[in-house]
Amino acid sequence: MTLHSAIEMGRANLDVFSETLLALAKSNRNILVVTSDSRGSGKLVPFAEALPDQIIEVGIAEQNLVGVAAGLASAGKIVYAVSPGSFLTARSLEQIKNDVCYSDQPVKLVAISSGVSYGALGSTHHSLHDLAVLRAIHNCTILVPADNFETAEAVKAAADMRSPVFIRFGKRALPHLHKPGAVFTVGKSLAVREGTDIAFIAAGEAVIQAVFASEALECEGISARVISMHTVKPLDENAVLKAARECRAIITVEEHSCAGGLGEACASLLIQAGVSVPFHIAGFPDEETTAGSQLEIMAACGISPEGLTQSAKDLLNRNRL
Amino acid sequence: MNESELKVKSIEYRIRLLGCIKKAQAGHTGGSLSCVDILNVLYNCVLKVAPDTANDPRRDRYIQSKGHSVEALYVVLADKGFFPDSDLDTFCRFQSPYVGHPTRKVKGIEHNTGALGHGLAFSVGAALAGKLDRNAYRVFTLLGDGELAEGSNWESMMTAAHYGLDNLTAIIDRNQLQITGRTEDVCALESLSDKFAAFGWSVRNVDGHDVTALREVLSTTPFMAGKPSMVIAHTIKGKGVRFMENDASWHHGVPSDEQYEQAIQELQAQMREIGA
Repeated sequence: MTLHSAIEMGRANLDVFSETLLALAKSNRNILVVTSDSRGSGKLVPFAEALPDQIIEVGIAEQNLVGVAAGLASAGKIVYAVSPGSFLTARSLEQIKNDVCYSDQPVKLVAISSGVSYGALGSTHHSLHDLAVLRAIHNCTILVPADNFETAEAVKAAADMRSPVFIRFGKRALPHLHKPGAVFTVGKSLAVREGTDIAFIAAGEAVIQAVFASEALECEGISARVISMHTVKPLDENAVLKAARECRAIITVEEHSCAGGLGEACASLLIQAGVSVPFHIAGFPDEETTAGSQLEIMAACGISPEGLTQSAKDLLNRNRL
Repeated sequence: MNESELKVKSIEYRIRLLGCIKKAQAGHTGGSLSCVDILNVLYNCVLKVAPDTANDPRRDRYIQSKGHSVEALYVVLADKGFFPDSDLDTFCRFQSPYVGHPTRKVKGIEHNTGALGHGLAFSVGAALAGKLDRNAYRVFTLLGDGELAEGSNWESMMTAAHYGLDNLTAIIDRNQLQITGRTEDVCALESLSDKFAAFGWSVRNVDGHDVTALREVLSTTPFMAGKPSMVIAHTIKGKGVRFMENDASWHHGVPSDEQYEQAIQELQAQMREIGA
């Protein structure tokens, strides 16, 4: 499926993250970045060259990364702890739970190359559990930006947050989703497309797949809404409930396990609000993940323009909507 | 505070913490009794901390990595005026902030601990911040010996040495016992001095119940400029109550009425011996 002509290509969120952080840190000496041999992976070599006194290297030691970041934050530092999502949210989970969230230290946990960004490297390097485990831990805002604008805004918003925050993104170049003047607010989703037949509630690098699907559906006379749910926690409940009221079906889309992520957060909200709507979670099934490129692996799970288009039609047809 | 006064304090702290454990019917008795003299010397002779400067950026920091011995810390903090001693009547009670491991909800506590192998990394971060800010505060942290099996400690030791954190002192409560039994039987730790030195720390060994020796060692950090300081404090688990000493079953044992009475009488006799 070809890129829609109206969509302008941007850069990798990873590049935007590192440039935004460098700009912030140049004007605030209190901003530090802590890395676990991850400055190259995090595109932070220019940061290290420009601000060598504002980068702390702890070596390949992710538990130490998060614990040291918490100690720095306790002394008033504005700390971004940067590591691949697979390691940051598994190896250091107890440090995230205790030293950051329970201890209420406002560390900014930055998960680079999240989801299946490291697709070819295999399951050790995939993070498909992170949203689930962090949703279950109190006192952690979860940000999953979908494009360059959302990433830059998330990194900037995190600097001012006085409580723990987790930011997750990948390393593939992405199209821009929003028009100039869009406003990014933590906890408030952003509408990417309006529609009333079906709503895609998506997060992160899966959002663009939903946008492409919505364009395909439009050609078939199906009107699809696309919401970028960049804040997975706290969830923008009003946007989910509004979509359920105004659209005939909902599909959630995430580069994450179907268990415990954005989809189940939305399902839980809707069921407990007494709202019944045809609903499908597009995510990773409880199966061993295959290797391949990020897009190949996502497509194998139905997270592709074709897969989401088909899922939307199936959901609407199954429910005779 | 002179040696005699410090010794009296230690006995008072032991009596009070046993009272907390008895009332709550919960606590970590052996390890709390073993670290009392260390906490006594830290708070009465070494640390520049006080209730009215509890949030002063220039204060010294104490992080108790062996969080399970929290009742010893609560008793010392109450004595130093961080909160009323009567608050400890709620120790381990429903909705009390005085839970069974340290939390920042309690004035004077710097970091939430309890899971082992966390306090040293946090302390490294706090010490690094002090260096970056050219702030002269010092960071002290207390680890259990059994806790050293957690690999995260060794990651943090490397980082502390790499950055030359001579404003950081770690103290090991080397009471030789953990919940299962002797540390050397569970997963041998020795030779700890050699291991710490190999990891780039300047190491001293001290009798962890000799308040004068503890004061001398803890007042002379850093032992070497440009290196973090490690104090291996040789202690006795259950120190002060003979039937609890060197017995792993008192790790979190709670005394019966008779045992409690016997323990208090023994500690009071020690008080009389030093003429208090």
